Amino acid sequence: MTVYSRSGRTKPQGGGWELAVWYLMRLTGVALFVLALTHYLILHVLYDPAQQDTNFITTVRWSSLFWRAFDWTLLMMVLFHGFMGVRTVVADYTRGGVRTAILMGLYLLAIVLFVLGTLVVMTLPVVPKG
Amino acid sequence: MLLRYRGREGMVAWAFHRISGVAIWLFVVLHVIDIYLVGGDPKAYDEILKVYASLPGRIGEWLLGAALLYHALNGLRIIVMDFWPPLTRFHRQLWYANWAIFAVLGVAVSYFIFRPLFVH
Repeated sequence: MTVYSRSGRTKPQGGGWELAVWYLMRLTGVALFVLALTHYLILHVLYDPAQQDTNFITTVRWSSLFWRAFDWTLLMMVLFHGFMGVRTVVADYTRGGVRTAILMGLYLLAIVLFVLGTLVVMTLPVVPKG
Repeated sequence: MLLRYRGREGMVAWAFHRISGVAIWLFVVLHVIDIYLVGGDPKAYDEILKVYASLPGRIGEWLLGAALLYHALNGLRIIVMDFWPPLTRFHRQLWYANWAIFAVLGVAVSYFIFRPLFVH
């Protein structure tokens, strides 16, 4: 018999949505390993927070389509990975109506963040550098 | 003491993964809202960034980086074992390898995060 580590969630048996989420958690996880660590490296090591303000975002960080697309992709990955991860945590410690209520609130928050994040990254006017 | 409990390294790895994951999630919620303010209320965004650049802000930033790095490395370890089950035999060694990488990168990143407080 194969030994499975229990550090991660055990692979759901059968198929369907739960198995898809299991695979997607790993897929978005690998994507986030690159995207989130790169994002952190650029905005917390290469640039100091003391150098950052609204002007920095409009003229430097989001002055190119590439970095807007980069940050939007990061947002999509993190919303799926983060909210599906918290869903697992909530499901571990709650049940019944309480679980349903918390999960509904969680999904609502995910939609709100999807809208706010997408709106700002796609509609903020482009100000060319210099 | 923590490592002598029944689950040993595997249990601690799991607990840290869960705690760091929830912590990162909390920051993501905050961060999407603060970034929205760049368009919605630029002055408020500038004020929030001043808090991020302060000493308590930098400690938070440092803890976020630690949570992110641990979660990323341990997550990769989980994925590797999920898709290559024989490696599960070495889950403990892989976890210690995670900590070695964490320590090296962590010291380097800490230097850059706290340096601006001492050098102007």
